Amino acid sequence: MSLGYLTRRLFSVLLVLVIVSFAVFAITMILPGNAAVMILGEYATEDQLLALAEVLGLNRPWYIQYFEWAGNILQADWGMSLRLSLPVGEVVGDAFWNSASLAVTALVTVIIIAIPLGILAALYRGSKVDLGIGLFAYVGTAMPEFVTATLLLVFLAGSAGGYLPAGGFIAPNESFPGFVSHVILPAGTLGLILMAHIARQVRSEMSDVLASDYIRAARLKGLRERTVIRRHALPNSLAPAVAVISLDIGYLLGGIIVVEEIFAWPGLGRLLIYALENRDLPVIQAITLLLAAVYALSNLFSDLAIAALDPRVRY
Amino acid sequence: MSDFARHPAGVAGAILLTIIALAVVFGPLVAPYDPQAFHTTVRLQGPSADHWLGTDQFGRDLLSRLLFGARSTIAFGVGATMISVIAGSLIGVTAGVVGGWIDSVIMRGLDGMLAVPDLLFVLLIVTMLGGGTGEAMLAVSIAFTPGMARISRSSVLSIRTREYVLAAVARGESQRYIILSEVIPNAIGPIIVEGTIRVSFAIMIGATLGFLGMGAQPPSTEWGLMVSEARQFMYRSPWVVAVPGLAIAVAAMGFNLFGDALRDAFDPRRSR
Repeated sequence: MSLGYLTRRLFSVLLVLVIVSFAVFAITMILPGNAAVMILGEYATEDQLLALAEVLGLNRPWYIQYFEWAGNILQADWGMSLRLSLPVGEVVGDAFWNSASLAVTALVTVIIIAIPLGILAALYRGSKVDLGIGLFAYVGTAMPEFVTATLLLVFLAGSAGGYLPAGGFIAPNESFPGFVSHVILPAGTLGLILMAHIARQVRSEMSDVLASDYIRAARLKGLRERTVIRRHALPNSLAPAVAVISLDIGYLLGGIIVVEEIFAWPGLGRLLIYALENRDLPVIQAITLLLAAVYALSNLFSDLAIAALDPRVRY
Repeated sequence: MSDFARHPAGVAGAILLTIIALAVVFGPLVAPYDPQAFHTTVRLQGPSADHWLGTDQFGRDLLSRLLFGARSTIAFGVGATMISVIAGSLIGVTAGVVGGWIDSVIMRGLDGMLAVPDLLFVLLIVTMLGGGTGEAMLAVSIAFTPGMARISRSSVLSIRTREYVLAAVARGESQRYIILSEVIPNAIGPIIVEGTIRVSFAIMIGATLGFLGMGAQPPSTEWGLMVSEARQFMYRSPWVVAVPGLAIAVAAMGFNLFGDALRDAFDPRRSR
């Protein structure tokens, strides 16, 4: 992979973020009620609103406001939350790490379980194992997070089960067993849909590989089945698996919004719902940009990983 | 299409979609009760001879609510997807056919929109428009448009260099003829497949919005809203959340299975 390719890709990530920042700024500009209304409340008089709008600079043309806002963000100044009276950077920063602990736990668990499941299904195509995994995959991808979460709560946290806490958060460095018991249900909810999707995709990639000419050639030259699968089939089906996982990260980032709200997990998703309900513009802008940045960067990393895994891919 | 009948997933999907379609068309006619009628003596009951799927916290008949809710839930998914397919193919085909700097500008814009997770995008637009069923539907279709545009563009690009299109160019056919008679009919397969699968996502996002209180509003019988309203009683009566929750899953699964089978039918190389 050339340095030129890397620079081009980094540049395109930056470009995407600039476009997202434009879109986010435009959407929040159109939101009914400007910052002055939000600070003073709906009972403020016309004069008070105009005076505050003047002080906040809301009467200036939009592009000046945009460049001021974007310039401040580049200097790591995300502004003040209109509702929480705290710097946005602080509020969003804490929530970010809480979300990351949930998302990473979910993703790692999913990868560890889903890839072997998909491979197993492809190796035993048409068997009961394959059928079972296929059924699980179809049911799993058809359940929205809030349905899975509700069902898990009923069976594992209700009066019938009562084994696991129904919500809340304990930081891993505070009490690791506490963190684990609280993370199981939300991570399981997020994981189910991803697991189903990834297992299905890995099965289909692996089936393609197993039907290819080079696997036939490897078998015909008398290699043992184990060697064929380990040395020839597996490495070639891993690169597509990485591509699927990187696409699913977008889904994961949307999923945490609902899951955190249901399980009272103090992350970006819950903060976003709070900010949307209260029209806390600086917080909404910061979270949207942050999630888009995470998604764009994870796509970049997965492209790099694919290039490293698959020697046929040349950039 | 004979392949289709032998495709077990396709058959399962077709059966599920038939059940859903029957519920959408005839549901309100065959529903045993008024979906909004309170039966205060039988609140939060399990299935019985009088109420086949039980009753909710106000004693409303769950089967009747489900049958009435099928229309709003499915219409939401299908409607939102259809708008995004039309808008997306217009944008995608234009970008693919015109090419040049217009294509680049459109594609960079779409990349930016695709970098925002779907649900987040939808939530932003719904907040901007104000909650409600129509607003939620518009929001989902806006959020789906970039993806559809991308797929129709790439499908147009791959067809533009095929021999039959080059032959039409060599014959001296007009640009309009080539686009309408050669490119679009051949590009439409992947768009229909993607659209069918997207309906299941649209249904799930619509239900999620109802659940979060940003889509359908009470006393609507939209299925996501039904789950949301029954949640405070879920430990006492898991039945009440499970019924609409599973109905959403069945609908989403039907479109998913059907879409997958369609893809295999359109693409003979992927025969499995």
